[in-house]
Amino acid sequence: MWEKRNMSITRKALLGLTAGAVMATGGLVAQPAPASAEEQVVPSLVYRTGPFAPGGISLADGFADYFTLINERDGGINGVKINVVECETGYNTDRGVECYDRTKNEGSGATFYSPWSTGITYALIEKATQDKIPILSMGYGRTSAADGRFFPYVFNFPSTYWNQATAIIRYIADQEGGMDALNGMDFAYIHLDHPYGKEPIPTLDVMAEQFGFTYAKYPVPPASMTEQKSIFLQIRRQRPDYIIMWGWGAMNSTAVNEAASIKFPMDKFIGNWWSAGEDAVEAGGDGAVGYKAASFHGPGDDFAVYADLKEHVYDKGLAAGKGDQMGRVLYNRGLNNAIVAVEAIRDAQAHFGEGQVITGEQMQWALENLDLTAGEIEALGVTGLVPPTKVTCENHEGLNPAILIQQWNGSEYEMVSDWVPAMTDLTRPILEAEAEAYAAEQGIEARDCS
Amino acid sequence: MEAFAGLFGIDPFDLWFFFEVLIGGLMSGVMYALVALGFVLIFKASSVFNFSQGVMVLFAALNFVGFIELGLPIWASFILTMGVMILLAFVVERVVLRPLVNQPHISLFMATIGIAIFLEGFGELIWGSNIKPLEVGIPDDVVFMGDAMIQQADLFAAAVASVLVLVLALFFHYTRIGRALRAVADDHQAALSVGIPLNTIWVIVWSVAGFVALVAGIMWGSKLGVQFSLAILALKALPVLILGGFTSIPGAIIGGLIIGAGEKLAEVYVGQMLGGAIEEWFAYIVALAFLVFRPQGLFGEKIIERV
Amino acid sequence: MFYREAGQFKTSYAADQQLLPIPMDRVFVIAVVLIAIFVVPVVGSQYWLESILLPVLILSIAALGLNILTGYCGQLSLGTGGFMAAGAYMSYKIATNMPEFMPVWVPILGGGLFAASIGVIFGLPSLRIKGFYLAVATLAAQFFLLWLFQKVPWFVNYSISGVPSAPPETILGFYVTGASASPEAKYLFVLAFVIVLALLARNMVRSRIGRSWMAIRDMDIAAELIGIKPLQTKLTAFAISSFYCGVAGALWSFCYINTVEPTAFDIERSFQVLFMIIVGGLGSVLGSFFGAAFIFLLPILLNNVPGWFGLQLATDVVSHLEFMVFGAAIIFFLIVEPHGLARLWQIAKEKLRLWPFPH
Repeated sequence: MWEKRNMSITRKALLGLTAGAVMATGGLVAQPAPASAEEQVVPSLVYRTGPFAPGGISLADGFADYFTLINERDGGINGVKINVVECETGYNTDRGVECYDRTKNEGSGATFYSPWSTGITYALIEKATQDKIPILSMGYGRTSAADGRFFPYVFNFPSTYWNQATAIIRYIADQEGGMDALNGMDFAYIHLDHPYGKEPIPTLDVMAEQFGFTYAKYPVPPASMTEQKSIFLQIRRQRPDYIIMWGWGAMNSTAVNEAASIKFPMDKFIGNWWSAGEDAVEAGGDGAVGYKAASFHGPGDDFAVYADLKEHVYDKGLAAGKGDQMGRVLYNRGLNNAIVAVEAIRDAQAHFGEGQVITGEQMQWALENLDLTAGEIEALGVTGLVPPTKVTCENHEGLNPAILIQQWNGSEYEMVSDWVPAMTDLTRPILEAEAEAYAAEQGIEARDCS
Repeated sequence: MEAFAGLFGIDPFDLWFFFEVLIGGLMSGVMYALVALGFVLIFKASSVFNFSQGVMVLFAALNFVGFIELGLPIWASFILTMGVMILLAFVVERVVLRPLVNQPHISLFMATIGIAIFLEGFGELIWGSNIKPLEVGIPDDVVFMGDAMIQQADLFAAAVASVLVLVLALFFHYTRIGRALRAVADDHQAALSVGIPLNTIWVIVWSVAGFVALVAGIMWGSKLGVQFSLAILALKALPVLILGGFTSIPGAIIGGLIIGAGEKLAEVYVGQMLGGAIEEWFAYIVALAFLVFRPQGLFGEKIIERV
Repeated sequence: MFYREAGQFKTSYAADQQLLPIPMDRVFVIAVVLIAIFVVPVVGSQYWLESILLPVLILSIAALGLNILTGYCGQLSLGTGGFMAAGAYMSYKIATNMPEFMPVWVPILGGGLFAASIGVIFGLPSLRIKGFYLAVATLAAQFFLLWLFQKVPWFVNYSISGVPSAPPETILGFYVTGASASPEAKYLFVLAFVIVLALLARNMVRSRIGRSWMAIRDMDIAAELIGIKPLQTKLTAFAISSFYCGVAGALWSFCYINTVEPTAFDIERSFQVLFMIIVGGLGSVLGSFFGAAFIFLLPILLNNVPGWFGLQLATDVVSHLEFMVFGAAIIFFLIVEPHGLARLWQIAKEKLRLWPFPH
């Protein structure tokens, strides 16, 4: 056999390596669960790499740091430590699904999931419902999942994209002197050409008819988020009264830059809450000053809880990631998500037994009966970081969806509005119709919520 | 232009606007051409379809902005980054190209995707995945020609690209190395037989591509901030390549201009009717339609095949 | 590209033309298939069935498809993701609008046929252009098709969100698609497609049509001279390849991610499948399976490795290292074994056959 003598060392190594890899893959199954059963496992699907990392890093750090605070300051929730298990998705749906399957049986089982991605949320809705693990997609994911009758395990409070769109329109009306002023106005709607960006279009259509404004849609393809010249050329021709943006990742900063370079008045450029990060404006320099964005929590680190975070987390060197994200808008959003989750776990323990590790099903109960009052929020030292929220069986988007508007002043965002309420009377019927259509297609019966 | 517009009963603003779209498109095309240029250089010298060119743009920009953040002056960062790119060229030649000599083109192509994946991880591992603003003093104001608004940054980019092409042309025509490069591009075997060291040539050509990537990275980076998405730009350069031909430097430039202007005009004037975002595929369809009639591209070499 | 083994001599054409000419192979393949059908669903954990085997099997179908086009017919394509999307969207459309009594494989095959017809259209330029020019031209399919499915609401039944969930369908009363299906049912459903399509591919490549593909691949002009019609041959390769990709896309949406969403079929997917056939082995049916497993599992494996050794690395560092090692592994593979895993497997087999007494 010539082949044998000619077989080089490297090739032998390769054979061995491949055999090794095959065996190692076998190890995937035999992997011992590192989490002990006494811990509350909170998987965190993150994207610290890839094109969406500028937002993903802040989110993941804020999320992790608050749980670290609970463990360090309080010794966990009634003594139950929380184990945050990160899994990198890179914003890819298939990696997200794999992460979900990998982490859901960790320790005593996953408590809930926050996928931070509309695509992954969509992919997990049925799976998680089947596994009885709640999905807490705060302000993203599937809008119609706000109908708790058909989506028992999905929660998207404090508000949905549709409500957000109505609140932004209401804010514009307030600026211009009342709802009547909308009549005859012309808007530009720039959005990621992706299910996420297309979400609010039905609502905008309804509002356009009702309030008498017109708007033009400008989709930005995800594969060329950084190439928006033709869009802003068209906007220059259209001369809209306001630009509304549903962007994410590199699309935000590009749009802000392009708007600045065509000298569009930046205070008439309003992004949604995923276009509200510092990454959208930092590369824009002076041109970005005046840019506005929606949010449901305050920016900056002027909150009582930050003193505790500093004492128990940052100063002990326990901060997640590089520890340089504090006070950023999306870091606060991560905190916000974790705070709500901790309170829900607390509620679940109060109901099902203090000091116990709760299951996904119990978490679902807690989220569905969540009632965060201003007093409780004040006691936690997070006033302004978490809006008062009340969730019911039918309504998973919270009873008082509202937004805040923040504005970039060149070095930080500052709040320029009070809570702007959404027009739920307008969105709820469309939302329920969409949920019913989904249920009909999937053969799901409505849950009895009375 | 007003008089001209009046003659045909067109609103003068529309005409100016057309002009503005055209100029804007041409300027975008210059940016595509900068990336396409890197592809062409490497393809000419080694027949390698270097998919990692886009990531090289990102990698160069990451290094450049990273050095600046460390407190180095711009010129020092530029030189250091160039050093990194030359080092990269050495490593690529030694570790990837040399062992893959005489392998089918597709293997080399896949290897460059391997390089791209490696560099993505490596660059972010060292410098982080956050978006980094880059300020090197490129003007960002606008000038008006009639009613048409033109970005100074675009004009600056066009000027830089022209200088770059001029420098490359001079380099290829009048230096020893340049002549050697052209010889290799013409015929590997013959070049080898007259004593041109192929391996050295590859290192040089990858270094030059690295230089082009650095320039493109600075131009794009100062416009958008240095971030991961710069790597995706490579895709925008591909239709430019098929239009201009893989082996022609003027083809890359003219192809870039045609694609840039064409897709902007299409998006602005036809896009809305089709639901928008036709830019994404318009360039490819144009290039495809073009190829059916002229398979070797605008300036590509006609390949004569014999049995 | 020739995976003929030394030391194998046949005395008749029939024996030489067998599906699996080596007796040991025959036994082995049959054993693997039997184990996959009867043993794996019983012993496999849910994570293994649903997150490892299911995606690997589905991607194997796509890799088989691309291997037919690129490995056997020599036409480089980067449009795999687009063809997969065509299959997924059309299957969804058929599945939600077909009468109740039609079985679930109808929409899946329908999606495949739709992808095949689109493949033929985008295959037409291959008559004029080849090599990298063709590869870049097929990117037109990738971008155009994804754009089309997002812009035409007809494909998603005018759903507002544009990301419909896979319809739950049953076979013999068991759910096989959608989230309510058990992992075992989904696995067996996909496995059935894999077995049939692999068998079909294996048969095609040893028959007249496969031989004409290979003739075109090896030298198109010479092939034309001996009477092979390039138009027909190339277009059938495009059609059949796209059919496989379309079926894979439909299964990916219906059985794995449970939603029909465009980003699952973006350009990354096209490159991923191309990697699979290069690393697995161009022009090898078996190689498609090896490649799919290797390329899909290596990143997941790399992502898991630090955890096993108790290394507490930050998530982002692990991911960056994953990218670096993955990129380096690709290059290493191409250098050391350019013919792919299929060739390695063959070497291993030859050695084992002769062990312990090599000549």
